[in-house]
Amino acid sequence: MTIDQKKLKLFSSIGMRASFGLNCLDFVKDHSDMMILTSDVSTSAGLDRFRKQFPENFVDVGISEQNLIGVAAGMASEDYKVITTTFAPFQTLRCCEQIKVNLGYMKSKVLLVGLASGLVLGNLGFTHCSIEEIGVLRSIPNLKIIVPADAYELRKTLEYYLNHENQPMYMRLTGGSNIKQIYSENYDFKPGKANILKEGSDICFFSCGTIIGNVIEAANIIEQEHNISVKIVNMHTIKPIDREEIIKNKNFKLHVCVEEHNVIGGLASAISEVKCEESIFVKQINLGVNDQYSKSGSYEFMLDYYNLSAKRIADKVVKEIK
Amino acid sequence: MVVNKLKEFNIKDTQEFSYQMRKKILEMSYNAGSASAHIGGALSCTDIISVIFSKFLKYKKENLLWHERDRFILSKGHACLAYYAALNQIGVLNDQDLSSFEKDNSNLAGHPVKNLEKGIEFSTGSLGMGISIAVGLCIAFKKKKNENKVFVVVGDGECNEGSNWEALMSASHFNLDNLVIIIDKNNLQQTGTCEEILTTENLSEKFKSFNCFSSEIDGHAHAQIFKAISQNLNSPKPNLIVANTVKGKGIELFENKNEWHHSVLSKKVYDEALNSLNKNYDN
Repeated sequence: MTIDQKKLKLFSSIGMRASFGLNCLDFVKDHSDMMILTSDVSTSAGLDRFRKQFPENFVDVGISEQNLIGVAAGMASEDYKVITTTFAPFQTLRCCEQIKVNLGYMKSKVLLVGLASGLVLGNLGFTHCSIEEIGVLRSIPNLKIIVPADAYELRKTLEYYLNHENQPMYMRLTGGSNIKQIYSENYDFKPGKANILKEGSDICFFSCGTIIGNVIEAANIIEQEHNISVKIVNMHTIKPIDREEIIKNKNFKLHVCVEEHNVIGGLASAISEVKCEESIFVKQINLGVNDQYSKSGSYEFMLDYYNLSAKRIADKVVKEIK
Repeated sequence: MVVNKLKEFNIKDTQEFSYQMRKKILEMSYNAGSASAHIGGALSCTDIISVIFSKFLKYKKENLLWHERDRFILSKGHACLAYYAALNQIGVLNDQDLSSFEKDNSNLAGHPVKNLEKGIEFSTGSLGMGISIAVGLCIAFKKKKNENKVFVVVGDGECNEGSNWEALMSASHFNLDNLVIIIDKNNLQQTGTCEEILTTENLSEKFKSFNCFSSEIDGHAHAQIFKAISQNLNSPKPNLIVANTVKGKGIELFENKNEWHHSVLSKKVYDEALNSLNKNYDN
C-alpha cells in the first residue's frame, strides 16, 4: 500500500478500527506468518475482508477471551506473528491473568489490539467503555503498551510489531470515525520515544491516543485567547515510558496530562512516577476519568463530562495557570 | 537420535520409570524442607506421565528445540514434581537440577516456569490454562501440516475452571486430532473431595457431548493408559482420557489423604515413605 495524503485522509475518515483491518489486509501480503485471532468481532475490527480473503491467516475462537489468549500463546510459540483483537475490556481485563501468565511471564510474541477503548462506546455503558486497562496492564512485566494518536501511527505500530518486536504488546485503539489526522507520510515513529507535536514554553501537555486531536485544538484556544505558550508531547508509548522526554520538560510552569482513561494508573501515573524518582517538582493536572463510572451518553457527552473536550481542556488549564 | 518412538508396550519399562519418578518425587519433597511440596497430586499423575514420556513423547535429548518434537503441558502445574522427575528420567534434568527444587534462584520452582533449555515448554500453575495453549499449538501444527502431538495432563479439581470448557469447545470445533488430554481424576482437591467442593462426575460423558473422543481408565494401570492413548492416535477428534487415580498413589501413608496435598516431609516420614514405595515395587 502506498501511503499518501489521500490514503491518510481515508484512514482518518474511517477511524482506527476500520484502519486496523485495512492495514492488516495490507501487511499480510508480506507476512504470510501473520495470524489474526478474534473473539467473534471480525466485522467490528474491520476484518471482514481479511477473514474472507485470508482464511488461512485468521482464527475465530468465538466469544471466549481467556481461551483466545492461551491459543495465541500456543501459536506464538510456533513462531506465528499473532495479533489478537476484540473490544478493549474483553481483550484485557476479561483475560487479564491469561495475559500475565501466557504472555508476560512467558514473553510470548503476541500483539493484543483493544478496540474502541476509552469512552467512544459511552452510550453502551461502562461494560463497553475501557478506562482501567492501562493501569492494570502496566503492572505486568515484559508487556509494551502503545496508544496510537491516529491511524498512521497505528500502521507504524503494526509495522514495528511485525518486523521488530519479540515480546508481547498491547495496542489501544480509541476514537470513532472522522478522527483528526495527526501525522503525514514522513512521520518517523520510534516506539518508546515520545513525539513532539508542538514546541512551547509555559505549559507542557502529555497525551496519547486520538484525544490528542482535542489537545491540539485546546492548545490553539489557550495560545490564541490567553497568550500562553504550549508544548504538546505525544507519549504514544506508555510502557516503557520515555523518561528522557519527561526530564527535558522539568522547567515548565505546568504539566497537563490528558488521557481517555482513569486518572489512576494510566499515562498521568506513569509520568508522575518518573517525576517523583527524578525529583521534578512541576505541578501536574490530570485530565481524564476521575475514578468514577458516570451515566452513559454519546462520545461527545462523555468527553465533555470528563473535561476532555477541547473547550473543557482549555478552560481547566487556563483556570489553573491564571 | 530419536530417543522415544512409538514402540511396543513393555510394562517393565514403564513400571521402572514410574518407580524412579516416585523416588525422585520423595527426594525433592524432602529436600524442599519447610518450603513444602505438592506431593499427593504429583503421585496421582506419575503413572500417566511415565507412560507418556517413556512410550509416546517424541523428542531429541541433544536438541530440545527439534521442531518435530511433541509437546507436553502439565496444566495442573502444582504437580511439577512429577514433571521434573520425568525430565530427569529422560536425562534432560540432572540430579543437581532436582536438588534445586524450590530453592533460592532455582529454575525449578513450585510450579513449572518456561525454560526451553531445561525441557520445560510452558509456564503453568494458574489452573485452567493448559488446554488453551495446547489448542493454539495443535492449530499451528495442523496449519503447518506437521505431525507433532500435544499431550496435556489436567486435574479433576482443575476442571472447576470455566476456561477449560472454552478451550474444549474450540478443540472440538477445530477437529484437533493431534491433541491428547488426560484428566488425573483423583477425586480430591485442596480442601475436600471433588464431590463436596464441585462435582466432577460423568466427565467422560461431558467430553463426549463436546464431540470429543473419550474413554475412562484406571490411571495407574500402565497397559490401560498405553491403550487409551494409542488406540485413538488416529481418531479425527481430540482424545480425552479420564484416568481414575488415587491421590498419593504408591505410598500407603499418603494414599487418599488430602493432608498430603501440599506438605512438609520430615526425615522420619520420608524414610517411611521410601520403605513403603520400595515394598510396593518389590511386590
